[in-house]
Amino acid sequence: MANVLVWVEHDGSAVKDATLAAVTAAAKLGDVTALVAGSGVDGVAAAAAQIEGVSKVLKADDAALANALAENVAPLITNLMAGYDAFVAAATTTAKNVAPRVAALLNVAQVSEILSVEGPKTFTRPIYAGNAIATVESSDAKLVITVRGTAFAKANATGGSAAVEAVSGAAESGLSSFVGSEIAKSERPELTSAKIIVSGGRALKDAATFESTITPLADKLGAAIGASRAAVDAGYVPNDYQVGQTGKIVAPEVYVAVGISGAIQHLAGMKDSKTIIAINKDEDAPIFQVADIGLVGDLFTLVPELTGKL
Amino acid sequence: MKALVTVKRVIDYNVKPRVKADGTGVDLANVKMSMNPFDEIAVEEAIRLKEKGVVTEIVAVSVGPAKAQETLRTALAMGADRAILVQTDDEVEPLAVAKIVKGVADEEAPGLIITGKQAIDDDSNQVGQMVAALLGRPQGTFANEITVEGDSVVVKREIDGGLETVKLALPAVVTTDLRLNEPRYASLPNIMKAKSKPLATKAPADYGVDTAPRLKTLKVSEPPVRSAGIKVADVDALVAKLKELGVA
Repeated sequence: MANVLVWVEHDGSAVKDATLAAVTAAAKLGDVTALVAGSGVDGVAAAAAQIEGVSKVLKADDAALANALAENVAPLITNLMAGYDAFVAAATTTAKNVAPRVAALLNVAQVSEILSVEGPKTFTRPIYAGNAIATVESSDAKLVITVRGTAFAKANATGGSAAVEAVSGAAESGLSSFVGSEIAKSERPELTSAKIIVSGGRALKDAATFESTITPLADKLGAAIGASRAAVDAGYVPNDYQVGQTGKIVAPEVYVAVGISGAIQHLAGMKDSKTIIAINKDEDAPIFQVADIGLVGDLFTLVPELTGKL
Repeated sequence: MKALVTVKRVIDYNVKPRVKADGTGVDLANVKMSMNPFDEIAVEEAIRLKEKGVVTEIVAVSVGPAKAQETLRTALAMGADRAILVQTDDEVEPLAVAKIVKGVADEEAPGLIITGKQAIDDDSNQVGQMVAALLGRPQGTFANEITVEGDSVVVKREIDGGLETVKLALPAVVTTDLRLNEPRYASLPNIMKAKSKPLATKAPADYGVDTAPRLKTLKVSEPPVRSAGIKVADVDALVAKLKELGVA
């Protein structure tokens, strides 16, 4: 049975949900060891030990690992990989930054954003913005894989009881340093894990109209708010709201697309949603080709009416 | 300092790809091809750094078939100074591309290597990070803003929760995100001028790189088709549907 090392994504105090999907994917390959790297991560390591399906937790606690700089994290993982057959991480921006660096240091190809595990070395993954699905088989001795979080069920966050083992070997590369971050504050559910998403497009006109139209509907539904690239580029909302090939990939129970035409780059980010609802005044908009329920009309009258009737 | 930008010839982003009936891949015969959109942003950023006096020369490099020359000419028309085509008809995976780019970088010694964050055909998002790893240099991925300050470069990065800023020692590798800049169009005179700019043709073997694939594509298929939806007449009907779904 293969030994699999799973990257635990965290914010310094809690394990991020995306990790749970990566654990599910990794468990299909073999015995799962979770790697918690960071500075002051005892709490995260304890939480990782509770994830069902994790048999061991490696805790790498070092000031050099704070902020997950790829230059410091990748050599640590590469060294640990001497004892593992596969490295698996959820396809978040953090892992997309680190994993290819690990793969190159190991001289293996990376399999990005897998949708399913078809065999010990065989996976499916989306290409061409999700317009085609490729089944690929790796010939490398070791695997480096990122997992599309929405394609796998989340492992239970509790119920496990893995032992935590401290590992050392982290070092400051001297090549890079963390300067700061601007994290968008939000009381809403996180976009990638929300059950319901209300998304707005260019038709919302401006930031104030976006806010006054989309927010009340999202509040009524307890939904996260998303946006098309056009809405982000026009400055209606910050760029981490963007759903699509180059933004976030989501697959909620219900996705409500308001004033979004449905360009292929946007569909790539949301077409695996369980139910898609589209409100658009153009009845020929491509979004209606994927929508389960469509309503044709002016969003500026329909959305407030809908919000009022919920 | 010299800047190296990587460009890839891919299916035009407006074209809806068609999967071949035999499941061997996507049909690219007679399909419009263009420069990968993220690479246009990379070329634009290099040109802007040259206009600021930070960069002295821009070398564009592409790995691909003879037709990738067109993509390099586009980069030259935008403002790159010269180009290198590493010609091969094989499909080259990100790891092999990264090794070739490393080979070019060893010869050219650029201060900054700028790549797109991902190509819109294989959606791998790997090459920039792999180049940085192979060169043992720092990486600034998903760049939203690039500022060169003396012997380092400050990169504002797009991350899941917002933005993050890192400082990297030069030479460094930066990958571009969508909002880094708005690429310019090549003007007709510049397109004409680009025809006389130098374009060297090399082969992967010149850099000692074996391009044999590590991943074997067993099958390429259409994604599952969504069943046809319905259109509702008014808001009341939509509310009723939402109630059925249990979300209202």
